[in-house]
Amino acid sequence: MTELVEVKNLRVIARSDSGRETPIVHDIRFTVPRGKVVALIGESGSGKTTIALSLMGYARSGCRITSGSVRIGEREILSLSEAEKAKIRGRNVSYIAQSAAAAFNPARTIMSQVVESAMIHKLMPKAEAEAKAVELFRALALPDPEGVGSRYPHQVSGGQLQRLAAAMALISEPELVIFDEPTTALDVTTQIEVLRSFKSVIRERNTTGVYVSHDLAVVAQIADHIIVLRNGSIQESAPTEQILANAHSPYTRSLLAAANPAVHAQAAPPAEKAEDVPLLEVEGLVAGYGKPGPDGLPNVTVLNDVGLSLQPGTNLGVIGESGCGKSTLARVIAGLLPAAGGRVKFRGETLAGSVADRSKDQLRNIQIVFQMADTALNPTRSVAQILGRPLTFYHDVKGAERTRRVRQLLDLVHLPANMAERLPGELSGGQKQRVNLARALAAEPALILCDEVTSALDTVVAAAILDLLAELRRELKLSYLFISHDLSTVRAICDDVMVLYAGRKVEAGSGASMRAAPLHPYSDLLVSSIPELRTGWLDGLDKKAAEADGGIAAVLARADRCPFVSRCPVRKPGVCDVLEPPVRHLSKGSDILCHLEERELLALGVGA
Amino acid sequence: MITRMIMARLGVAVLTLLIVSVVVFVATNMLPGDVAQIVLGQAATPEAVAGLRKAMHLDQPAVLRYIFWLGGMMTGNPGTSLVNDVPIVTLIGGRLHNTLLLAAVTAAFSVPIALTLGITAAMWRNTLYDRLVSFATIAVVSVPEFMVATIAVLIFAVHLHWFPALSFANDVHSLGELLRVFAMPVISLSFVVSAQMIRMTRAALIDTLGQPFVEMARLKGAGRVRSVLTHALPNAIGPIANAVALSLSYLLGGVIIIETIFNYPGIAKLMVDGVATRDMPLIQTCAMIFCFGYLALVTVADICAILANPRLRYK
Repeated sequence: MTELVEVKNLRVIARSDSGRETPIVHDIRFTVPRGKVVALIGESGSGKTTIALSLMGYARSGCRITSGSVRIGEREILSLSEAEKAKIRGRNVSYIAQSAAAAFNPARTIMSQVVESAMIHKLMPKAEAEAKAVELFRALALPDPEGVGSRYPHQVSGGQLQRLAAAMALISEPELVIFDEPTTALDVTTQIEVLRSFKSVIRERNTTGVYVSHDLAVVAQIADHIIVLRNGSIQESAPTEQILANAHSPYTRSLLAAANPAVHAQAAPPAEKAEDVPLLEVEGLVAGYGKPGPDGLPNVTVLNDVGLSLQPGTNLGVIGESGCGKSTLARVIAGLLPAAGGRVKFRGETLAGSVADRSKDQLRNIQIVFQMADTALNPTRSVAQILGRPLTFYHDVKGAERTRRVRQLLDLVHLPANMAERLPGELSGGQKQRVNLARALAAEPALILCDEVTSALDTVVAAAILDLLAELRRELKLSYLFISHDLSTVRAICDDVMVLYAGRKVEAGSGASMRAAPLHPYSDLLVSSIPELRTGWLDGLDKKAAEADGGIAAVLARADRCPFVSRCPVRKPGVCDVLEPPVRHLSKGSDILCHLEERELLALGVGA
Repeated sequence: MITRMIMARLGVAVLTLLIVSVVVFVATNMLPGDVAQIVLGQAATPEAVAGLRKAMHLDQPAVLRYIFWLGGMMTGNPGTSLVNDVPIVTLIGGRLHNTLLLAAVTAAFSVPIALTLGITAAMWRNTLYDRLVSFATIAVVSVPEFMVATIAVLIFAVHLHWFPALSFANDVHSLGELLRVFAMPVISLSFVVSAQMIRMTRAALIDTLGQPFVEMARLKGAGRVRSVLTHALPNAIGPIANAVALSLSYLLGGVIIIETIFNYPGIAKLMVDGVATRDMPLIQTCAMIFCFGYLALVTVADICAILANPRLRYK
C-alpha cells in the first residue's frame, strides 16, 4: 500500500475548566503517501497542531480524541494502549516542535537528548547512536558537528537548535516525521538556512512528513500536498501547485491574499510644504544594557551611532533580525531606557532620557504599542478602564464625557461599543491589539511607536490591523515608527525604511529604494530571504546567502570593522574586517554603511 | 563566573550574619532592666552594682561592647552565663549536640519520604493518590505540633508502652535505644516539616512538567517515570532545595514545643530558660546559632540551585 498514513473521521474535543466540552477538530480525513510531505495549514485555533499530535495518539492536557481512526503503516494508533503508543512515539513517528528552544531540556546536554529516543527504544548502542547523531549534524549543515553535542541548549543559536531538533527526530529513522511550525520562531535569514537543510534531508532520506504551518510561502517550498484547515475542519485539500494557482475555497484565497499585504504607503503626501522641523530626530544614539563602563558605554552596547529623522505625517519602518536593537530603539525614544549617548529630539526639543523627566505633553505626543497585546493589557481591567485611564490622565476627561470618548475610540478601531465592559481575556488576539492601539490613540499622540504590532497575529488578522493603521494615519495625521522583522509588512505601511544590523544602521532610504539595486549586502540577504509564494523558490535561490548563524554577539563587541563582515558574501578581506565602513550615498537616494562603492555593488549584482 | 557567583552568595551570607549580630546585640541590650542589678538582686548596694557593671564592661560604650562580644563570638568564647557563672560554651556544647542529633535524624527520616511523596504526587497528579497526599499534608500542617506530640505520647507511650514518654538523649548506647528514644520526637517533628516539603516539591515539579521539553520527552517515547526523573526533576532542583532548606531550618530553632513535651535537652529549651533568667550572653549566643544554622541551610540551597543550572555553570 502506498499510503503510509490514513486518517479517518478524526474528532478531538477540548474540555474547559467549567467542564464544557467543545469539539476543536472534527471529521478530518486525509492520507499521506510514502515519501511525500503533506502540509496542514491554517491560523491559530484551526486545529492543525492538534491533528498532528493525534498522529502520535497524543492529546494535550484538557483535550481528548473521541473518535476516528489513525492508521500508520499497519497499525491503528488510536486503539493502542498508552504503553504501546509510547513504543511508537520517537520510534515510528517523531515530532519536531515549534520552538526548539523550549523543546530542549535546559539542564541536559544536546547529545543526551538527541540520542534519547534511540536509547528509550533500545535501537542501538549508545556509541553507535552518537556517531549517527554526528552524521546527522553534518547532513543538517551544523557548524562543529563533533562538538555541538556536548553543549547545553543555551549555548547554541535558535537556528542551530531547530536543526538539532530535526536530528533528534531523525535519529531513529522514523517512518513519519511531524514538523510543527519548525521555522516560525526564526528570523527570515535563519529560516531559509533551516528550510534548506530540512529539504535536503527530506529529499535524501525520502522522508514521509506532515508539515504544520501558518505560512503558505514556506509550505509551498516543502510540501507536495496542502490541506487548508479552519476551525478544526478541512476547507480544501489539493496538490500544492493547484492551491497556489487555482484555490477553490474562498478562505484559501483570503489566506493567499493576506500573504501579500496591500501597500498603503502613500507616495509620501508631500506634507503641506514640509515643516522645516522634523517631528522626530535621533542623532548619534548609543544605548545598551548593564552598568556603564569607564568609557561611558554600557556593558552590552545594543545601539551604536544610530540616527534618523521623521517628518510629520510620514512613516518610518525599522527592520532587522532579532537582537539587532530595533526594540531598544523604541524604548529609548519612548523614554523607557535612557540613552548612553546621542540625542532624541521631538519637534526640535531635546527629550530627557527618562520618562520621569519628560513633560506631560511630550509623553502624550509619543505613544508606544507593544507586540504582545496579551501582556500589555491589564487582565483585571475592563476595556473601558484601560482606555479611560489615558483620557483622564492626559485630557482630564471624566464621567459621561469619558464614556463617550471611550465609545469613540472603540469606533475608531472598528470595535463595537459593547466591548467596553469586556475584560481583555474575553477578546481575540486581533481585538486585543485593536484595544492596545486605541489605548495609544486615547492620548491623541503625534507619533506612535509600533513595536512588532502584527507579529503575534495570524496573517489575515495582521493584514486587517495594517489596513486600520493606514486608515488612522489618513484620518488623524499620525506618524508611525514601525518596527518589524518582516520586510513585506514594513513596505506595506512605510514611506521610509531603515535597516538595522547588530545595532548599526546599515541602510536607510525610501520604501521604493528598497526595491532597486544596489542594496546593502545585508538588506539584500534580508530581501532575498523572504519566501515567495511559489513552488521552487527555495531551490532556485543561489547560495549567496552565506552562513546565517554568524552570531551577532561576536560582532557586537567589535566596533573597528564592518558589523556584517562575517556573513557578507561580497566582503573584501583586508578592508572590511579591519576598517570601519563609511556611509555611502547611492544615486537612487538611499544611504548605506559599506566599504564597497555603488558601481562595485552593482557589478556584483547585490540587490538585483 | 560560577565561582564568582558562589563567592558573592557566600559574601551575602556573611554580611547577613553580621547584620543579624547587630540586631541581636541591640535587641538584647534594649530589654528593660539593668543586668548587674538583676544578677545582684534588689538588696544590692549601689557600689556593688557599679563594681559588677565595671567588671562586666557594662560601663563601656555600646559599640565597644559589641566589638568585644563579636570578637569573643568569633574566637569561640561567647562569654560566661550570668546566672551560674558557667562558660556559655560548656552550657551549649552538649545541648547543641543533642539538637543537631535530633535534627539530623529527623532530616534523614523526613526528607526522603517527603521528596518521594511530593514527586509521586506530581507524577500522578489529580489522581486519587494525589488527592490523598494533598489532603493528608494539609491536615497535618493545620494540626498544631503540640497536638500531634501529645496525641503521640498518649497513644504510643501511655497506652501502648512502645516508646518512652521522655527522651533523654544522654543514655543512648546502642542503635536500638537511639531509635526508641528518638521515635516519638522524630515522628512528631517529621509531621511538621514534611508537609511543606511535600507541597513545595509537588508544586515545583508540576510547574516543570508543564514545560514543552517534558512534552517533547513524552513524544520521544519516554514513559512517565523517565520524563519526570530525567527531564523535569533536574529543572526543579532549585525550588526543591529551597523548600527543604526552609523546612529543615525549623529543626534548629523552632523545636521548642517538641523539646518541652518530650523533655528533650536541646538548645531551644536552653534559650527559653535563658530568657526566663535574663541570661543575656546565653540568649545572644543561642540566637546567633539559630541564625547561623538558618543562613547556612539557605545558602547551601542557593548554591545547589546555582550548580544545578547549566546556564550558570557553563557561561
